[in-house]
Amino acid sequence: MIIFDKVTKYYKKNVGLENVSVTIDKGDFVFLVGSSGAGKSTFIKLILKEIEADSGSIRVNDTEVTTLSNREIPILRRSIGIVFQDFRLLPKKTVAENVGFSMEIIHKSQRTIKRQVPQILSLVGIGNKGNKYPDELSAGEQQRVAIARAIVNNPTVLIADEPTGNLDPETSWEIMKLLEQINLRGTTIVMVTHAKDIVDRMNKRVIVIDKGKIVRDNVGAYGAELYEEPCLVTPFEGGVFSKDVE
Amino acid sequence: MLNSIIYSIKQAFIQVFRNRAMSLASIFSITAMLLILGLFFIAVVNINMATEASKRDYETVQIYLLDETTFVDAQLIKEKFDGLEGVANTEYLNKDAALAQWKSKWGESGYLLDSLSNNPLPNSILVTVSELEAADKVVQTAKTINGIEDIKYYKDTVEKLLKITNFIQISALIIMSFLIIVSVVVVSNTIKLTVLARSREIHMMKYVGATNWFIRGPFLVEGVLIGIISALISVGLIAFSYSKISELIGQDIFIILSTPIVSVSFMTMNLVIIFLAVGVSIGACGSIISMRRFLDT
Repeated sequence: MIIFDKVTKYYKKNVGLENVSVTIDKGDFVFLVGSSGAGKSTFIKLILKEIEADSGSIRVNDTEVTTLSNREIPILRRSIGIVFQDFRLLPKKTVAENVGFSMEIIHKSQRTIKRQVPQILSLVGIGNKGNKYPDELSAGEQQRVAIARAIVNNPTVLIADEPTGNLDPETSWEIMKLLEQINLRGTTIVMVTHAKDIVDRMNKRVIVIDKGKIVRDNVGAYGAELYEEPCLVTPFEGGVFSKDVE
Repeated sequence: MLNSIIYSIKQAFIQVFRNRAMSLASIFSITAMLLILGLFFIAVVNINMATEASKRDYETVQIYLLDETTFVDAQLIKEKFDGLEGVANTEYLNKDAALAQWKSKWGESGYLLDSLSNNPLPNSILVTVSELEAADKVVQTAKTINGIEDIKYYKDTVEKLLKITNFIQISALIIMSFLIIVSVVVVSNTIKLTVLARSREIHMMKYVGATNWFIRGPFLVEGVLIGIISALISVGLIAFSYSKISELIGQDIFIILSTPIVSVSFMTMNLVIIFLAVGVSIGACGSIISMRRFLDT
């Protein structure tokens, strides 16, 4: 559960977020959309306490994030999984090692790692790829590895920062189905995206940020107000994704 | 806790091996620095020892007695010095004992003194002072007493010697501090390169919730490892060359300066401790400094 209460963040004179209040309940699936520089990244970075808010309160799973000391940040981050557009897998580690790595970090024993990694890999649909290296996998498979890595420690929140940005429409849709499946297990999902077709088709809650403010927050489609930036939007025609995202 | 220590050590070995070229560069620069440090150390220790030895010689005011001064008179003179402040010890040395002392000091060449037909040395009183200032008083007192041939005392020499050794010690200290700073910079730059090469990994570790110490651990151990390897190499090299040098010229130096040089085993033992401490600190400081920027957020 994530609660923003009157949160403001400025970068020198530029607005990051301004007086934002929003509640994302446990088990929600939320799309965070908006043009580049609107404040989406600020929103995510504040949840992870990569940056400090100027004012307001941020609560993640009943923990006040704004007052956390540097020592407590790692503990916060262990309850949050994160997936990036560019996967960020470690190229010199195998798939299994990439996933096991995030368990090593929280001091899980080798035995537990050996037991749980294959389980999580088959959950994301790449059970037979454990010994491959990332560059031997397709983009979609790499993103599955990244998702496996993000959820292997059972986070309560999964942040997906344009997870389909580098994927073709069909693969994007498979990844979305995987995320939905994870959401059904009770994990809160916050997904930053520009993909109109995905948002429309998923029909989940959409939070639109513009110039640091939340301008829309309801369940529904991507919204006509976001068509101003055509290069960032994948047009959706007759149920087929016609073009990859820029 | 134990898990992360084992993890750090394992990772450090992997990193040192994987970045062989970089590790070698670091090892070379620390070793070079430690070798220079070692030379200074050997020089300073030997100079100190020589100074101490000569200071001990010069702490004694030698009062040579006229040949006609009797043993009883000599005892009376000796008692006068006993009462003075700052006098640690007085000793009557007759001419035969003095000659025997010379003989033993000359060692193997002592037989040369056998050819003397009669002993040219006078009887003397040796006044050992506990502080150099007291020596002046001893000299003043001796000048007022009859039956004394000469007073031998080297205050100026001792003071000059002390000044020179002081200067050498301070300059060595300054040069050594510079060397240490340079090595820390070299090591931290080297490790910074390996950190940069792994910045993606470090970022990912932070996102997954690794503590700063967990991330720092392997790099710290890597630095320490490089420090230990460099220390051992340089101690080995120095011990080897020092033993060769003292084997070659040790005996001659002993005779010329009449002070022994510091033994190889003593030097090696001290160098192992000092170099390990310096090497490990340089490695550890270097890696902590190079990590700082990456662990800010």
